[in-house]
Amino acid sequence: MALTNTYIQEKLVEKFNDQVFHFSTDSGILSFESAAENNLKVLQFLYEEPSLGFTFLTDLCGVNYPDHQGAELVVVYHLHNFIENIRIRFSIAVPVAKPDVFTATKLFESANWMERETYDFFGVNFIGHPNLKRILNVDEMDYFPLRKEFPLEDQTRIDKDDEMFGRG
Amino acid sequence: MEQHSHITLPKGSIEKTTTTLNIGPTHPATHGVFQNIMEVDGERVVSTEQTVGYIHRAFEKLAERRPLYQITPITDRLNYCSSPINNMGWHITCERFLKIDLPKRVDYLRVIIMELSRISDHLICNSIVGVDTGAYTGFLYVMQYRELIYEIYEEVCGSRLTTNIGRIGGFERNFTNTAFTKLEKFLNEYPGVLREFEKLFTRNRIFMERTQGTGGISAARAMNYGFTGPNLRAAGVDYDVRVQQPYSSYQDFDFKVPVGTTGDNYDRFLVRNAEMWESISIIKQAYQKIQEFKGADAEIYHADVPEYYLPKKEDVYTKMEALIWHFKIIMGEIDLPKGQIYSAVEGGNGELGFYLISDGGRTPFRLHFRRPCFIYYQAFEELIKGGMLSDAVVTLSSLNLIAGELDA
Repeated sequence: MALTNTYIQEKLVEKFNDQVFHFSTDSGILSFESAAENNLKVLQFLYEEPSLGFTFLTDLCGVNYPDHQGAELVVVYHLHNFIENIRIRFSIAVPVAKPDVFTATKLFESANWMERETYDFFGVNFIGHPNLKRILNVDEMDYFPLRKEFPLEDQTRIDKDDEMFGRG
Repeated sequence: MEQHSHITLPKGSIEKTTTTLNIGPTHPATHGVFQNIMEVDGERVVSTEQTVGYIHRAFEKLAERRPLYQITPITDRLNYCSSPINNMGWHITCERFLKIDLPKRVDYLRVIIMELSRISDHLICNSIVGVDTGAYTGFLYVMQYRELIYEIYEEVCGSRLTTNIGRIGGFERNFTNTAFTKLEKFLNEYPGVLREFEKLFTRNRIFMERTQGTGGISAARAMNYGFTGPNLRAAGVDYDVRVQQPYSSYQDFDFKVPVGTTGDNYDRFLVRNAEMWESISIIKQAYQKIQEFKGADAEIYHADVPEYYLPKKEDVYTKMEALIWHFKIIMGEIDLPKGQIYSAVEGGNGELGFYLISDGGRTPFRLHFRRPCFIYYQAFEELIKGGMLSDAVVTLSSLNLIAGELDA
């Protein structure tokens, strides 16, 4: 039986009712959201339900939407079912003031570093993570650089005087 | 030396204590800038902690202020052993996002370049495994042909390592006759060299004893650790993005997906070698298909997308339309459609994915690179635990870790 986006959506709604929402299909991939506290339940259901079988975590990353009040930080999971060859995208949103998300490391070993990376760049606090510390940036860093509040340097600035870099 | 309370020593430990050993950040055995802090009991590895991030360059942040075409040079610097695949992967992501259809000839030309870079990636990895097991000769044999591959890149795009090859919509110029002549030379000579390379290693007793049974992983664990590419296939899972989600007309080609069984260093070596043979066959098929184009079709090297593909320079000087597009593209004044896309290609060492979110601005709102190395390097401790330190070095090189891709 070929697994279809409609079937996945029906299955999810049947199990979680209105706990899963915002279904859409962007360039062929079914995307949906749930409340942050349900992330593990949804991931586990997708993993363990035999007719879904999303056993491969392709990607986990963060996104920062500074304009979304109370849901500034988003964690996006891309899951893949190798046998049926279908991908889905699942995301949860948390407020920047209390960015707590349950870790997926119990389900996927691969989530370990990807969650560390998300913590490193966005400051998402993964509860239960075995080793939540910075991974690409220096340990002493005291901010989360991929948040939108940290703009890149303005290329037109003139107050800097360093001839070596063409601003002399 | 000191006793660590959190470490359980293996049975039969002689020294009753472990030694902390730093391998890296720069060390001849790491082939890149990353560090391993190992606890060793004599010569056995008890535990290790991998540290990455020494060449982190904030690519994802940089990409948020660049128009699409300026992101291509960033992708060069991910897996720099096969830059063209990264470039093409990025172009394909953009084309899927902007719904641009490519002429078949462009697809086939891309396939040639991508398979050449797959060969150059695999031959480096396999010959380095040879070097680390003490056989330097094979490395020198195949290295000449990486040079030839680089010369082909040079003919096509002008550079060798960080290629910035191709544009959104096709190539910056048509392949020259010299490029095709060099490709023919490569197709004629490389199979012989690869055969010789295999003769040196595949049934070499010393090599087999060094690599068989070390650094192995089961298919289930490999999937749980997010392995993709040759490393996953060596463990027995026949997942290949080229087959599962074909891009650039890979469905028109006939090729096998080689798999291993134990996922150890020897299987990884064999899978990569077998993939090189498949790549040679794909290139031959693609070259054949390209020769079948006649007349005007044989000159096509890009799609007709004035919004993203730079017009010819002489047109910019003489035609108003071309001048406008030139200006708009260079100044990055083209608004992207809203939406998001995840698109993946089969990179040199696994599924290289691009997750692009656009809010309708001129640059991506967020761009995330799924770097295969970064994800599977987590398994390193599990792969080498309990084994000899010298096997850990071989495992490290047979995983094909590229520091640029680890750190992004």
